[in-house]
Amino acid sequence: MTTRIDTRFAELAKEGRSAFVTFLMAGDPDPATSLDIIKALPKAGADVIEIGMPFTDPMADGPSIQAAGLRALKGGMTLRKTLELVRGFRKDDNATPLVLMGYYNPIYIYGVDRFLVDAKAAGVDGLIIVDLPPEEDDELCIPALKAGLNFIRLATPTTDDKRLPAVLANTSGFVYYVSITGITGAAAADSAAVGDAVARIKRHTKLPVCVGFGIRTPEAARAIAETANGAVVGTALVDALRDSLDAQGKATGKTVAAVADMVASLAQGVRGAKQAAE
Amino acid sequence: MNPRLPNSFRSGPDEHGHFGKFGGRFVAETLMPLILDLEKAYAAAKADPAFQAEMNGYLKDYVGRPSPLYFAERLTEHLGGAKIYLKREELNHTGSHKVNNVLGQIMVARRMGKKRIIAETGAGQHGVATATLCARFGLECVVYMGAVDVARQAPNVFRMEMLGAKVVPVQSGTRTLKDAMNEALRDWVTNVHNTFYCIGTVAGPHPYPMMVRDFQSVIGDETRQQMLEHEGRLPNSLIACIGGGSNAMGLFHPFLDEPSVEIFGVEAAGHGLMQLHAASIAGGRPGVLHGNRTYLLMDDDGQIQDAHSISAGLDYPGIGPEHSWLHETGRVTYLSATDDEALDAFMLLSRLEGIPPALESAHAIAKVKELAPKRPRDHLMVVNLSGRGDKDIPQITEILKGRKQ
Repeated sequence: MTTRIDTRFAELAKEGRSAFVTFLMAGDPDPATSLDIIKALPKAGADVIEIGMPFTDPMADGPSIQAAGLRALKGGMTLRKTLELVRGFRKDDNATPLVLMGYYNPIYIYGVDRFLVDAKAAGVDGLIIVDLPPEEDDELCIPALKAGLNFIRLATPTTDDKRLPAVLANTSGFVYYVSITGITGAAAADSAAVGDAVARIKRHTKLPVCVGFGIRTPEAARAIAETANGAVVGTALVDALRDSLDAQGKATGKTVAAVADMVASLAQGVRGAKQAAE
Repeated sequence: MNPRLPNSFRSGPDEHGHFGKFGGRFVAETLMPLILDLEKAYAAAKADPAFQAEMNGYLKDYVGRPSPLYFAERLTEHLGGAKIYLKREELNHTGSHKVNNVLGQIMVARRMGKKRIIAETGAGQHGVATATLCARFGLECVVYMGAVDVARQAPNVFRMEMLGAKVVPVQSGTRTLKDAMNEALRDWVTNVHNTFYCIGTVAGPHPYPMMVRDFQSVIGDETRQQMLEHEGRLPNSLIACIGGGSNAMGLFHPFLDEPSVEIFGVEAAGHGLMQLHAASIAGGRPGVLHGNRTYLLMDDDGQIQDAHSISAGLDYPGIGPEHSWLHETGRVTYLSATDDEALDAFMLLSRLEGIPPALESAHAIAKVKELAPKRPRDHLMVVNLSGRGDKDIPQITEILKGRKQ
């Protein structure tokens, strides 16, 4: 089964460039603004879109993304509304891959089978669930693959060669390499070390490898794009969104443009990469 | 639906860390190799007689075990039913049962060569126990504590700092125990190479619920032997309070396969089960948080809700996964006590026995008040006095002052 993710990475390989992957929180700061932002992403240069599913207790996220999730929840966001957001985006865009990222509990409570049906129907292509390692594949990973969704796994600096095959076994779409040990937005990724890690993962899989956590600037995005198939930026975009809000945390006339401008400049960084990884 | 009953209630968890459908290893990939290492290291330690011998030495001479099993004569007379015994965990060094588990984990950490210890704490009892043993073994200690709890448990914060620990007030989320646990997990994800996470209760990813239970089972093992010495037979019932549920699991586990022993866990009902509370079994449902599937307080979207209890140590929206399983199999009966009932029990035990219980343990005493009068005089009831009330005296003084006004 070919998903929009597979198609997009195949196109980019032909063009000889890496993907720019954006992360923003669904419903941040409110559902309507969030939809406007996500609709603006492809034109601004996003090749793949990750949307966070808000959760009260995001254990792997730093303060920026935690705060974004709480803003969204305060604005009334739910998992059902996140799927509505995806449907809204798909009305005008049937090509850009869209991945939902978050934690398992809201999906478990929604009901795994019902969620997979609804997500597929809404136009979701893949899932990244932070607290579902391969040891818990029966929960969601295997049912998601059967439902025709990609299950994108995180590999980390602590995932050694012995463990990598287990992590990659049921992974599809792409591999998300977490460039640091730590939470989102905490430290800067070291592009040389990341290059070695990506090469190591590529010895075990033919899937594209995207790198995230700790990429904030066009320069950093370019450096990562020269060694990986994609660079993921989240915290820097969420921060740009936050800085555009008014004192009450509400969207302003500048909010959509603030995020789109940041996406455009980071996308230029990725497109300026000398060569993409094979 | 009644789940199929197991042959033994003491054989869990399975190799994936499951107690029935509860438990598991719901953690970020960064942590997965660490908890697999920990599982191996703990299995090796458990099988090593030298580890057991060393731990028993510290339990005796440093912690002060065995803790007495004390016949509460005046409380028994007052309630006019079951013969009530108190398992005196509050007499342990550091003032609660928490030290039993921390000693075990610190010894495992030492075997693994870890030099930096992190912990979460609610009331501060687990933080104090961790700071104490880190001082004893010369290890760096960082304790995460919700900013709300830092304010209401000031004596324990000072004590941890005096012992050389760094106390980090957690400002995120609801600023209580659950957020302290989130923050400790974030630290662990960041400092994987040198850091050991010393979890304070029978929750978290496998192997923690099993390992913490094993270290706390000394409570039940001693109780069994002491009751045989006092009365020549097993107790008829056991009662303990439950936040995450480590003192309860420690008392209960050695008795789970004795069908004649009735077992009661007491959750914190806060302002009442229809209002803000911390009773995950009475008011929650199964979900996934902090590495395990268990009963949790949450809304219809799976978002975790704020817990409330007068006792910071019970102020957590979840419960250990083995308790969830014991609830669903019906082996243990879970009750709840409100803030007011706990306060009354605190006063009652102070006045009748000269033993101020921790507000956590007072929840168990509150249910003894209900259950004991309905039992015959030859019924032997053991209540786990998991901690001492000294830390709560400033808070209780304030509440009583407020009532007089």
